[in-house]
Amino acid sequence: MKKLIRKLGSWGLSAIRRMGHMFVFLINTFYYIFIPPFKFNLLLRQIRFFGNKSLIVILLTGSFAGMVLALQLFYTLRKFGSEALLGPAIALSLIRELGPVLSALMVTGRAGSALTAEIGIMRITEQIDALTSMALNPMRYLIVPNMVASIIVFPLLAAIFDIIGIYGGYVVAVDLLGMSSGTYFSQMENFVDWEDIRMGLYKSLSFGVLVSWICCYKGFYTGYGAEGVSKSTTEAVVTSSVLILIWDYFVGSVLI
Amino acid sequence: MIEVKGVEKSFDRQKVLNGIDLTIADKEVTAIIGKSGSGKSVFLKHLIGLLKPEKGNILIDGEDITKLSGRELDKVREKLGVLFQGGALFDSLTVFENVAFPLKEKTKLSRKEIQEKVLQALEDVGLRGMEKKYPAEISGGMKKRVALARALITEPTIVLFDEPTTGLDPIILHSIHKLIMMTHKKYGFTGIIISHEIPEIFEIADRVAMLHNGVIVEVGTPEEIKNSSNPLVRQFITGSLEGPIDLF
Repeated sequence: MKKLIRKLGSWGLSAIRRMGHMFVFLINTFYYIFIPPFKFNLLLRQIRFFGNKSLIVILLTGSFAGMVLALQLFYTLRKFGSEALLGPAIALSLIRELGPVLSALMVTGRAGSALTAEIGIMRITEQIDALTSMALNPMRYLIVPNMVASIIVFPLLAAIFDIIGIYGGYVVAVDLLGMSSGTYFSQMENFVDWEDIRMGLYKSLSFGVLVSWICCYKGFYTGYGAEGVSKSTTEAVVTSSVLILIWDYFVGSVLI
Repeated sequence: MIEVKGVEKSFDRQKVLNGIDLTIADKEVTAIIGKSGSGKSVFLKHLIGLLKPEKGNILIDGEDITKLSGRELDKVREKLGVLFQGGALFDSLTVFENVAFPLKEKTKLSRKEIQEKVLQALEDVGLRGMEKKYPAEISGGMKKRVALARALITEPTIVLFDEPTTGLDPIILHSIHKLIMMTHKKYGFTGIIISHEIPEIFEIADRVAMLHNGVIVEVGTPEEIKNSSNPLVRQFITGSLEGPIDLF
């Protein structure tokens, strides 16, 4: 029994220490965001990295998410005789919830994993040590551009996901299920307001910080060799994905 | 001058450096030899300030870097050039960009001046014409030469070489050693070379220090080390299987 308590205590303490270390990393990142010199070229490169890596997958998942939503919601709403509300139901689901969450999950899988692997490889091949030995701060060169890029790119990708999703739903609702195109869009105008768009925006902004924080941290403090990088990459994707869903609930419950 | 006094470091309760004492004179090339796992690279990381010792002091030109951090430590680092074991070239940059990187980031030189300096440095290491190649497109020996050019481009007063010839064939090994000698003559830096290339390292070092089980067991000129009566040194330089050094 004593042994078990000791083990639990040691596990708890190491978890707290790790979390503290991660928070210090995040605070340092935000500190260097506002301290010149700013690396605009690196920022543009990372915006391209996130956007370019994720755009196709966002377009694909966005359109199919909208199509599935249209299909499922149409049959549910028809039971209550409210098919006319299909457009706003799809738009609200996408803007408030599915757009930010699914796009963040897709970017994590696509660009987040690549980011952890890239920084991890830089760590094990001593490229980060080389930067430090040149009296250059690796946070400024590797972490800050990724954090700022993800804060810019995540809301944009979520917005693209929403628009494509709404049009995906339109194709199913109008072309397959025979709904009128006017009903689909006109009801949307009445039900979706700025509050919903703001909620989606807050969510995707916070997901951007979360994903970039976890993926950069895991890469920056990766273990030894190829195995260490592979473990960090898996951990980064799993931790980011789980935290996106948990954080989504908390943000939703506060903002609703 | 670099003075190392009683430096100790452990990882997971395993003592790697066990009280290192060493003085490295200005403009001399000091080789640190010792078997793999004896703590040579860990010692080098302490000199760069990448690791902090649990005990002891490291004085570079009179400044104790174990007590420095942030900008103060960076000021000392500006005196250093480091050639890492694998080269540590930035994968996403070309050979030219890699060598130009410290100049671009740390100096106010114009584009033209940077270009002239980088091309001269690449000429010095025999890599003119390779400017547009990426590190993945060049051989191991070439990577080390690019890394050497990058380490020397800011004309540092102290240059640290972490196993600059490991894994290279004998011809490339000699060419790297020749380059180190040539650049040392040209720039007059204080050099510290981590190596286990015996006897080749004796040709380029002014002094040799042997590290064993985290302590410096012998320091002397190459001649003194070659004629040492210390059984640890004798076994290491002859590569004998019999002697006080554990094989594994």
